[in-house]
Amino acid sequence: MALPLPSIAAVPLVPRAPHVAMLPDGRRLHLQDGPIDLIIEASGAPEAVAAGYRAAAARLAGLLDGLCEELPLLRRPAYPGPCPLRDPAAQRMWAAVSPLARAAFITPMAAVAGAVAEEVLAALVRPGITRAFVNNGGDIALYLAPGSDYVVGLVDRPDQPRLIGTARIVEASPVRGIATSGWRGRSFSLGIADAVTVLAPTAAAADAAATIIANAVNLPGHPGIIRVPAREVAPDSDLGALKVTRDVPQLTRAERKAALAEGLSCAVALVARNLICGAALHLQGESVSTDPQLDLFTDSLPAAPAPAAVPSAPIEEAKEAVHA
Amino acid sequence: MGNETTAGARPTGDEKIRCDACPVMCYIKPGMTGACDRYANNNGELVRVDPHVVLDRTLAHGGAVVPFHRDGDWDGRLLSDAEKFVTAVGSGTTYPDYKPAPFIVSAEVNGVDMVTVVTEGVFSYGGVKVKIDTDRFIGPEQATVRAAGEAIGHVTTSEYGSQMLSLGGVHHLTGGSKKEGRVACEAVLDLSNGKAVELTIDGGSTLIVQAGKAPIVNGVQEERMRVGCGSATIGMFAKQWFGHADEVVVVDDHITGVLSEHQAGKLLGIRDTGIKMKGRRSTPGRYFQVAEPGSGWGGTNISDPLSILGPFDPKVAWPGLRMLLVSTTGEHYGYYVLNEDLVPVETPIPDDLAPSVERIRENCEPALCSVLFMAGAGGSLRAGVTENPVRLTRSVKEAITNVTCGGAPVYVWPGGGITFMVDVTRVPENAFGYVPTPALVAPIEFTLTLEDYAALGGHMDAVRPVSSLAGHEGLRELAPMQDNPWPLAWRPAHRNND
Repeated sequence: MALPLPSIAAVPLVPRAPHVAMLPDGRRLHLQDGPIDLIIEASGAPEAVAAGYRAAAARLAGLLDGLCEELPLLRRPAYPGPCPLRDPAAQRMWAAVSPLARAAFITPMAAVAGAVAEEVLAALVRPGITRAFVNNGGDIALYLAPGSDYVVGLVDRPDQPRLIGTARIVEASPVRGIATSGWRGRSFSLGIADAVTVLAPTAAAADAAATIIANAVNLPGHPGIIRVPAREVAPDSDLGALKVTRDVPQLTRAERKAALAEGLSCAVALVARNLICGAALHLQGESVSTDPQLDLFTDSLPAAPAPAAVPSAPIEEAKEAVHA
Repeated sequence: MGNETTAGARPTGDEKIRCDACPVMCYIKPGMTGACDRYANNNGELVRVDPHVVLDRTLAHGGAVVPFHRDGDWDGRLLSDAEKFVTAVGSGTTYPDYKPAPFIVSAEVNGVDMVTVVTEGVFSYGGVKVKIDTDRFIGPEQATVRAAGEAIGHVTTSEYGSQMLSLGGVHHLTGGSKKEGRVACEAVLDLSNGKAVELTIDGGSTLIVQAGKAPIVNGVQEERMRVGCGSATIGMFAKQWFGHADEVVVVDDHITGVLSEHQAGKLLGIRDTGIKMKGRRSTPGRYFQVAEPGSGWGGTNISDPLSILGPFDPKVAWPGLRMLLVSTTGEHYGYYVLNEDLVPVETPIPDDLAPSVERIRENCEPALCSVLFMAGAGGSLRAGVTENPVRLTRSVKEAITNVTCGGAPVYVWPGGGITFMVDVTRVPENAFGYVPTPALVAPIEFTLTLEDYAALGGHMDAVRPVSSLAGHEGLRELAPMQDNPWPLAWRPAHRNND
């Protein structure tokens, strides 16, 4: 019953050391530092997995500090052009958001979760590992060695997790990043989507695109939607005076269709520019996607247990369900 | 927590606080969480909330938020093992305990490996002892106590200033009808989890009882305990009355005191007043049974205090005699002056006497209900701890093993078995549960050194470090309760001194 723990001797001791622990299943690694919360699983040769976990923990040490050094710039709107940032994770953020910056308001912070997942995954992957994921609060970076795949579960309400569909991601597919955004999630949204899940070549690109698409799912003039300037909720939000969604009333079918159509046209445009591979958009029980043929978006699985049956931390469960 | 290196709530000049738990250094508004959803501003105080549960939802649902700091300062690192104690709340059980307990965790404390065996015990022999601070009559001793009409316990021997109930236990849980068992289990569970329960006593009162709250007797909330019996009150305050009143009667359900006859009055040289008390005289100035018990003056049934007095002796009393009648809690009082016919006439209390009534009130402690959960862990539960159960009992008796209930200190009864009592207000919220048997489920932890654990035949292969639990999905981190001793800091105090 004793759990194998990765040796954390390799992690440099800094004053604020990341939290490093194996989950009780003995397979997954949990790393946490400030707002970064990573669930990591690697498969393959045990020595490679152990070494990979050590490297992941080592990479996370100081990662947040590096980002925070450039925090003022990361909170300012991005623009198309050369990257003004030095930190490697910050550079991933910039690369993900700058292609989107001409069409919409976006700051590098829109890709922070995906970029961190990518950075840690890059440190982890090594010969002997067959597949791995780093799940940063629902923004997931994947590694697939030839012949391996992942089955991804999909939820439509991050606050009330239930599986509404699955997708198989094979090594031949370009997808290596999955992200979900919506007004009910941890980050603010300018739109009203419950959840927008995006598959993209990188986790940072998926993260940024999910933000943009979720913002586009909207009914700008609707009087029942409660919007509050972001800075009134979080004084240092990168969204400043922009109004973020705090509540959405029950919408009519026509309203749901209209809002989802706005988001879908945004998503289709991103697919056409090869920035993302696909997206599924959810609003009050209604779903649309960029490619209805994908089995990702079919309702093929029986619903997962109702949230009440989830023993604890339902949101944590939701994140895990994304790669169940 | 004033300087830059300690994490915490640094005031920012308005209601926002700046969290410096990590370099993001979020400004957090009241009722909101920082970017991590882990730290929140609860009325200007930085608190740690359950992972990914936003504060307003937690608060809206009445959930617990707890101050994060254990001692006020934090060095910025995550807690080390020795600062974490795993309670058994919600740990589950392996009943009937032929398997190792759900969690057997180890931690190093001051260089010694400590082991805590964490389980939830299923107690069919379990219940609560309730102390109700009131002098009001709640019902005769041995009377049946009911919840929802079902017998769940009885009135037991009263204590000084308090009435006592014994509720639950095997007789009501499993010895009666199915409904009786279910109702008894629910009432005991609610009391243990700090909820209010309505109880009726055969031939007595209806009570609302809640741990840590004032009792409500027949719809009247009890405010204060009496300062002492009537006689004791005379003894305490005689000097303060001297010169301001010629006679003082302290009305009490148990012993009513009369100043002029009381030893304290005699010592002060207070002259006889010719007062005639009803009731049975015990010793000078002390009267039993001046009235029936009730919810009036001093726990009696009277509302007019003059009803306990006979006519004054005309040979001794005099017109203008000043008399104070007061209850043992100071809640009721009246000031009287004898007229020409030696009949007491109520008059406003003089300014020099009022403070003594206030003083009685001030000396009465707030009336509370206290609930002690009591159960015996002598059964098969011990097998989850060790392969040789009687050795666990012995090591508890020898004080080698510390027993806690949800991290709270317990009193372990001498004699056989591990029969313990715990103040439910020192146990984390909703720590108690039940199984449909019906039986009560309570957390119980056994802490001892790893060496001792091995010696008593512990499940050594099931021991795991505290840190291995850190990512456990069901884990709820709580700040320790302020006045509970830290379970791991406990040092064995061997009874058999060497």
